[in-house]
Amino acid sequence: MRPKIAIPDDGRLAANILHFARALRAAGLPVGSGRVVLAVRAVGVGGFERRQDFYHTLAACFVSRPEQRAVFDQCFHMFWRDPQILEKMMSLVLPELRTPPTEREKQAGEDRAAAGLTHGLDIPPPPRAEAEREEVVYDAALTFSSQETLNSRDFEQMTAAEAAEAKRAIAGLRLPARPIPSRRKIADLRGQIADWRRTMRAAMRNGGDIRVLARRRRRQRWPALVALVDISGSMAAYSRVLLQFLHAVANQPGHGWSAVHAFTFGTRLTNVTRHLRARDADEALSRAGAEAQDWEGGTRIGACLEAFNKDWSRRVLGQGAVVLMITDGLDRDDPKRLAREAERLHLSARQVIWLNPLLRWDGFEARAQGVKALLPHVDSFRPVHNIDSLEALAEALGRPDDGGEKARLLAAGKEAA
Amino acid sequence: MPNLPTSIDETQALFEGTGYVCGRALATVAYLSLKLGRPLFLEGEAGVGKTEVAKALAEALGRRLIRLQCYEGLDAAQAVYDWNYPAQMIEIRLAEAGGTADRDYLADELFSERFLTRRPLLEAMEPQPGGPPVLLIDELDRTDEPFEAFLLEALSDFQVTVPELGTIKAEEPPIVIITSNRTREIHDALKRRCLYHWVDYPDAERELAILAARAPEVSRKLSEEVVGFVQRLRTEDLFKRPGVAETIDWAKCLVALDALELDQDLVSSTLGALLKYQDDIARFRDSQANKVLDEVKQAMTGAAAGTAAGAA
Repeated sequence: MRPKIAIPDDGRLAANILHFARALRAAGLPVGSGRVVLAVRAVGVGGFERRQDFYHTLAACFVSRPEQRAVFDQCFHMFWRDPQILEKMMSLVLPELRTPPTEREKQAGEDRAAAGLTHGLDIPPPPRAEAEREEVVYDAALTFSSQETLNSRDFEQMTAAEAAEAKRAIAGLRLPARPIPSRRKIADLRGQIADWRRTMRAAMRNGGDIRVLARRRRRQRWPALVALVDISGSMAAYSRVLLQFLHAVANQPGHGWSAVHAFTFGTRLTNVTRHLRARDADEALSRAGAEAQDWEGGTRIGACLEAFNKDWSRRVLGQGAVVLMITDGLDRDDPKRLAREAERLHLSARQVIWLNPLLRWDGFEARAQGVKALLPHVDSFRPVHNIDSLEALAEALGRPDDGGEKARLLAAGKEAA
Repeated sequence: MPNLPTSIDETQALFEGTGYVCGRALATVAYLSLKLGRPLFLEGEAGVGKTEVAKALAEALGRRLIRLQCYEGLDAAQAVYDWNYPAQMIEIRLAEAGGTADRDYLADELFSERFLTRRPLLEAMEPQPGGPPVLLIDELDRTDEPFEAFLLEALSDFQVTVPELGTIKAEEPPIVIITSNRTREIHDALKRRCLYHWVDYPDAERELAILAARAPEVSRKLSEEVVGFVQRLRTEDLFKRPGVAETIDWAKCLVALDALELDQDLVSSTLGALLKYQDDIARFRDSQANKVLDEVKQAMTGAAAGTAAGAA
């Protein structure tokens, strides 16, 4: 049975499949030479009567994730109509690859520089009314050792130099994971579980005499960390720093987390996990910035959480993941929807920790409707506005029952009502 | 014993013979997997019939189905083999009592096949009546990366090693089918050795055929309503969309309740067979369910009128 598709004469088919694989590679599919060999063999054994069969065969060999299907589809239809189209297609595909927008990053840098010159005076105040900068003990603070000052200074009020300093300090921060017991076991002299296999082997060496019971204990395994970072306007001063922190956590050696996933949200949800893997923190941030289009815009927490729950929660929250939700909770959407999605998130994750920079103000109360909706559905509620609070977070993660400020605020909320 | 199919059409017919309604894409991939001896990697939402592929294939080819259900912490003792320790211990006591407890005798006896407990992977490597078995590795995403790496090794050579006995190699490699619900991403190294297929929700026509094959007791009219309703439901904004398994369950529920056609009470009281999350049910129970039902009914009467007019 000869394939009835427009394929050049004998011997050319393998070459064309190779070219097709290269086209797929140019379009971003991870196609190794092993796959190409597989495809050539598969096409060889398939008795194809229809173009459709040929399509399914190549798809089975070259596609390995559902999201790759669309790309494969396009490539297939363009390439096998006219294999000469490779060059043309590459020029069509390439412009879609995103280049990091350097202007944007530069702009942010400029803002920062200006802010540094005016000592942070013209940074817009936090949206809460009672945010009247009580830290105008600013000059006095300079008499402390510089490290100490830096640790307690609010990210929002840092000058450019301090921000650079903070960046270095943050790169050194750690966020250790708390291990969870696995069902797997490991040999341990003082373990609680009998290891029959080793016991029997030892008995064999003693002529069938069981002298000691070999023991083992449960092995520990490491959960994944999922961070949801609010990048809306009201969080502007914090989101970059916190992404930097996440970059440090994701790239520190031996951090324990089995995986670190990061998402940004403002008006829409963006997965920036891939970008955090870039070695350089600035590079990672600028790539993430290019991917997330809603930087410093409005906030729709409810809608973004819903998108996360629907598209990602089942894929990243399995096997005991810990969720870090970094937002000020200022949301104008329907609070009912927000509460519903927060509950769903809480039910799917092992632990949800809410980090809120506004919590630094002593007078912070759960008055905003978004805050009220979110608060009952998190395990822990903590401030995150300076390096000290990030260090405290690392320590709090080690304690399973840490609730942060949640209980106090919930009680205060009830009293007020 | 039926032989392996020699074309895609034959593969499709083979599946259909067992009551598994199979699309052209799946038939192509299954045919290639049999022909090339590569594992078949099926990914898709829960309840779209991934596991059924293995069952149908085993039935159609007259092979034994060996199933390895994955879970967190699955290890070699559960997946490959284990020794029967209580029996070994009794053997030691018996040997002592009989005065035959010398070292070499025990070494030969205790770790012999007699005390070996075979788990799915080892079993799949051994010859089975009817030819190499179908090895179903179900929900691989539930287990962890170390097990995946182990599987990679076992599946590339089709052999496992029992230190006390030696290496056991499959004379004829089993037919391997791996499924994943995608609760996490499986490593590319494993996927690379497999033929990949994403199992999607079927369209209305195929779902109707599936329902007819799997639940023949459901009347034609009810089936059409059920499929219409479920298809429409899948376009709604739900946390978990119902799979084909749910469609079949629901149709069976309706038959058990002696329903001849869908009505509002019936839908709201049996919605639990379709939707498995409280938020989805709560959101859907009252107004929306009725709206969808009305739409489905209207579409059906419209279609019926169309055919009637066409016939006239």
